[in-house]
Amino acid sequence: MADDRDREGTEIAVAEFHKKIKEAFEVFDHESNNTVDVEEEEPTGYIRFEKFLPVMTEVLLERRYRPIPEDILHRAFEVLDPAKRGFLSKEELIKYMTEVGERFSQEEMEEMLSAAIDPESNSIHYKDYITMMVVDEN
Amino acid sequence: MGCGTSSSMKDKKSEKALKAALVIQNWYRGHSAQLKTRQRYALTIFQSIEYADEQGQLELSNFFSFMLENYTRLLEEDSELVTHLFDSNIQDKDRQDYWVLIDVPDSYCGPRLQFPLTFTDIDLLIEAFKQQQILHAYYVLEVLFETKKLLQQMPNFTHIKTSPSKEITICGDLHGKLDDLFLIYYKNGLPSVSNPYVFNGDFVDRGKNSMEILMILFVSFLVYPNDLHLNRGNHEDFMMNMRYGFTNEVLHKYKLHGKKILQVLEDIYTWLPIGTIIDNEILVIHGGISESTDLNLLHRIERNKLKSVLMPPIPIDGDHATEKGNKVGTTITARGIRTNGSLSEQLTKHEWEQVIDILWSDPRGKRGCYPNTGRGGGCYFGPDITSKILNKYQLKMLIRSHECKPEGYEICHDGKVITVFSASNYYEEGSNRGAYIRVSSGTPPRFFQYQVTRATCLRPLYQRMNAVESRAIRMLKERMISQKTDLIRVFQLQDSSKSGKLSVGQWAFSMENILGLNLPWRSLSSHLVTTDKDGNIDYMSSFQDIHIQKPVKEVQSTLIETVYRYRSDLQIIFNVIDSNHSGLISMEEFRSIWKLFKSHYRVCVDDSQLDELTERMDLNKDGSIDFNEFLKAFYVVHKFDKLSKSDTKVA
Repeated sequence: MADDRDREGTEIAVAEFHKKIKEAFEVFDHESNNTVDVEEEEPTGYIRFEKFLPVMTEVLLERRYRPIPEDILHRAFEVLDPAKRGFLSKEELIKYMTEVGERFSQEEMEEMLSAAIDPESNSIHYKDYITMMVVDEN
Repeated sequence: MGCGTSSSMKDKKSEKALKAALVIQNWYRGHSAQLKTRQRYALTIFQSIEYADEQGQLELSNFFSFMLENYTRLLEEDSELVTHLFDSNIQDKDRQDYWVLIDVPDSYCGPRLQFPLTFTDIDLLIEAFKQQQILHAYYVLEVLFETKKLLQQMPNFTHIKTSPSKEITICGDLHGKLDDLFLIYYKNGLPSVSNPYVFNGDFVDRGKNSMEILMILFVSFLVYPNDLHLNRGNHEDFMMNMRYGFTNEVLHKYKLHGKKILQVLEDIYTWLPIGTIIDNEILVIHGGISESTDLNLLHRIERNKLKSVLMPPIPIDGDHATEKGNKVGTTITARGIRTNGSLSEQLTKHEWEQVIDILWSDPRGKRGCYPNTGRGGGCYFGPDITSKILNKYQLKMLIRSHECKPEGYEICHDGKVITVFSASNYYEEGSNRGAYIRVSSGTPPRFFQYQVTRATCLRPLYQRMNAVESRAIRMLKERMISQKTDLIRVFQLQDSSKSGKLSVGQWAFSMENILGLNLPWRSLSSHLVTTDKDGNIDYMSSFQDIHIQKPVKEVQSTLIETVYRYRSDLQIIFNVIDSNHSGLISMEEFRSIWKLFKSHYRVCVDDSQLDELTERMDLNKDGSIDFNEFLKAFYVVHKFDKLSKSDTKVA
């Protein structure tokens, strides 16, 4: 009995996810042809809605891509600031973001700096930065 | 630290650093993506509402026809109204004499133009407008008369040739955004024989410097008539100007001579060319095409007979039924409505439709040609239509404007259609970029993008997004409150248990059903309503932050709501009735119009209090109503707003 209700609950949830995904898809599907562009250097392909839907549904159901918690983000900055000064210099941030990991493009770097950097000290006080960004997210 | 740091410790350190960097990068990208999505959503909201308004505008033309048909008193007693609505030319001679008599006082310290105009006059105007000076009505009218004379000599389509050393620049909608025109002239150079331009319509409305843009463009045209090309857009239309702000701008800036200026502009619009053809390859028009677009016909028609999109040709025999779909037709059985030479004064229905298609259509990915239900005029045309029409006339490309694009331009239909839009920050600061295109034969078009900003340094992306988003949400909430009664009805229909709550699906369905804006309601719900922990929506919270100010306390909400919802339409209707621009109409006219309005728009509202309402608002006790004051009293108050009344406009 409970099982049936659970299944029905999941079915309804899935149907709702489908509708939500379709709505969001349509915002980006400005040509109304059921495809959205993939942002690449030279866009070669489109994603068709039929392919997109099952993948996205699974992502939502399994709750992947949850937002990164504030404290983990803070700890990440602290790792890059072993002397625990409470800030990173502009050069340090640029070095890490553009040379390590999944590197930032120049545009991304400039974009991040425009909000993060304190122009007087030319550094990023990451605790304040995080607080500001996280408030905005909500 | 000293020597002896083992390499494994170093590895561990860099591994930790790598992980930390990844965390930050992933988080940042997720955050950015969210911001971009919010921007897209906001743009979708703006666009949906804008097109719904345009639809309302076209609906208005039906109302005018309906009004003429039924308001027989108008026909008999107020033939001035009829001539104002449908007639063409008051004699030119009349107008020129008027203008010459205007005096420019010595105290006027604005720009003074010297005819015949030269390029120094273009500079003069630009410098003056940068300092927010206003060009005296005398010069305005002089420019307008000269422009009209010159435009009358232009064909419907200007044919242009380019060469590798003579590229041509194509700009899209400017919509009164003077800063964008300044930027274009600055970045791309002033127009000249070696630097030709095409401005592809929609110079006016919405922005606050439509007049200044027109002056600069017309003066540029007068100085370089063979190198500065102007195409008509759907906003070069006196009826559109009434709703979208240009009429207000003119009457405000030119209190004495504004009406005259507006009259001359009405005419000038009709003489603007329909399009340009570059190198026999590129067709440049404002909106788009339809499957029946006939360029040969369009070359031949007398374009100046199309006064306004809202004035479709009246059939003389009573035999025309309105077609279904987007075509704005009339059902009048005319009996001598028109005063003189009626038949020859207008285009045929077919010709009229051809032009409307050119000015109003939008390209879409779907094949075929469909009525443009978003705007209510023109059509949606697919890639097959583009190919068919381009092939038919041996053209290679269509460049058009008419739609705001986030990046200022967009390519579709397999590279055959380009949209170029030149008003950056069109909806709100940060909403979109503007662009222009440089073209010459043999080379692919080059795109230039920009975004005007008032701040000396650009605000960070998230701040810009917040501004764009809040304004979009505000506009949406204003729509919602103007349909409050209908929305509540539908909500309650679905809330069988009278709990005050609905599922997200039910709420989204209701919203789309009543508002019909094709928006992603589920994703927007967090901005618009409160949701409980079970995920159900408290639907009355849709209205909590906002209410319509009641001009008089005791009047019923439904009446207030209805007047608020239709305030733009009512303002236009009143303006048209008030043919001598006095700002007043009689109580009797007001009542008759309201009655007709109710009937045509099928609004069911108890207006027994309407008389009381107008009286109580302390309007002129002599039986006439200042309708602008009347309508201004219906505005929306946002609960958490620092600027409320001054921020909301009637139209």
